[in-house]
Amino acid sequence: MLRAMKRYTLSIVAVVIVGIYLFPIYWMYATSFKGPMEAMLYPPTLWPRDMVSNHWDVFNGRDMPRYFWNSIVITAGTLAITVTVGTGSAYALSLKRNLWVEVALFSILLMQALPPSLMVTPLFVMFNYAGLLDTPRLAVILALAGKSLPFYIVICRSAFLGIPKDLREAALVDGSSNVGVFLWIVIPLARNAILVAATLLGIQAMGDYVYSASFIYDQKLQPLTLGLANYVGVSKTDWAGIMTYSSIMVTPILLTFMLLQRRLVSGLTAGALK
Amino acid sequence: MALMSLIYLAALVGLPFVFNILLSFQDVNMMNLAQLDRPFVGLRNYQEILGNPYFGMIVWNTIVFLALSTAFQILIGLSLALLFDLNFPGAAYMRGLFLAAWIMPGFATGQIWKVMLAGNSGVLNYGLEQVGVIGGPVYWLSDPSLALYSIIAVNVWLGVPYYLLLISVALAAIPKDLYEAAALDGATRWARFYTITLPLLRSTLLALVALGMIFTLQQFDLIASMTDGGPVNSTNVLQYWSWQFSIQSFNLSLGSAVSALLLVVVAGIATIYVIATRSEEN
Repeated sequence: MLRAMKRYTLSIVAVVIVGIYLFPIYWMYATSFKGPMEAMLYPPTLWPRDMVSNHWDVFNGRDMPRYFWNSIVITAGTLAITVTVGTGSAYALSLKRNLWVEVALFSILLMQALPPSLMVTPLFVMFNYAGLLDTPRLAVILALAGKSLPFYIVICRSAFLGIPKDLREAALVDGSSNVGVFLWIVIPLARNAILVAATLLGIQAMGDYVYSASFIYDQKLQPLTLGLANYVGVSKTDWAGIMTYSSIMVTPILLTFMLLQRRLVSGLTAGALK
Repeated sequence: MALMSLIYLAALVGLPFVFNILLSFQDVNMMNLAQLDRPFVGLRNYQEILGNPYFGMIVWNTIVFLALSTAFQILIGLSLALLFDLNFPGAAYMRGLFLAAWIMPGFATGQIWKVMLAGNSGVLNYGLEQVGVIGGPVYWLSDPSLALYSIIAVNVWLGVPYYLLLISVALAAIPKDLYEAAALDGATRWARFYTITLPLLRSTLLALVALGMIFTLQQFDLIASMTDGGPVNSTNVLQYWSWQFSIQSFNLSLGSAVSALLLVVVAGIATIYVIATRSEEN
């Protein structure tokens, strides 16, 4: 009895800690339902007193559909390159273990560590040579895919390593080609890892600020993060509006997270520290 | 197949890395940006950076940012991991919820905290005033002596979930019978922590120090969103300074010199990390 009570006391303590920890996310939503005056009121109202919804006005008034579209284009492009180029490589790197594979893995892990804000300088000059700054969303996609590939390869490779060798060999004996084994046996068995890696990288691409701010100058081509920056630039003190914009922007990301939480957590831990 | 991604990475990560070092020895400006050959200026860019009145301050900020972020992320991550390891109802689910903070876009997170940290009507000042910690408004982001620590605190908030997760995995890998044996021998909870948990976590924690430094050196969005490096460079760090030179003032010579300096440091930390984790795996 005492033991059970202790366990539930711990649960309550944990709920309180999670609540305090995630308070900023609550505060974003709470502020988004306040009017501009109430948002700046001191002492602040912990629950919106006069609940108003500016979401529809901000969504249309701040051209969010267009920013959303650009974010989706950038995310889809990044994932398309990462998954197409990365899956095969991860598989190839999981089949053998020799000096060259070690060197390749080592350089892939090193590349993962390079800060995007530093890579922007050389990429800017190189993209300018290549004329890619005229198609800035493509420039951002290429840069983001370079940032995403190492992580994707690491996660998928460790999933491929977990597939029993006998399974592949049995299929080869049954007359499957190497490509067939890859497409119809290996990929389906590793689909969870592929989904987790792609989801995490998609969330990262949706939230990209540094590459977009460096390469995309035309507002019509900018993603949501820059739309938020533009909004802050013109009305610094419109807290209700800025929080409304932020909440519309992060809700799809939070929903994706909630839906896939269990898988994301297990996928992250599987690929971590390798 | 493997070659495709290696070629891609060589072209979009490896080549820029080397090209950046080349740029840092050249005079790069908007006039010669599209040219292939540019005048070499030797170490002039580096001399200019080292001679910049803000250089010392920004290097120091970077060190403080790195050290405090990593230390607190690991410390808080470890404490929370120990709590959630106690296996009470809902522990695994609640531990997962922390990650919501980690996956939020950094720029939006920065805006939320900016609203919360505001001096005159921010909710943090209100809370602290209610508890009696502060007497009047504290200007977390506009006071040059505080701003860096405020950004570090937000960066810690952002990073803790990841550490919590990784340390939890390492904790789960410690055989439970070790604790049971120690308990039978009469070891207290603290003794068990110092003699079993900490030694067995040591390699994980060391890897996390390197990983934390790598992540912190990638932090950019929070600074862009909350302070833009100000007030008067008090929250500026090397990775942000480099970007300001290159993209905000198109001084790519100085931008590449700063990034070349820091890239060498990052590559060094990453090499240590990779060697440490891989040798452990084998």
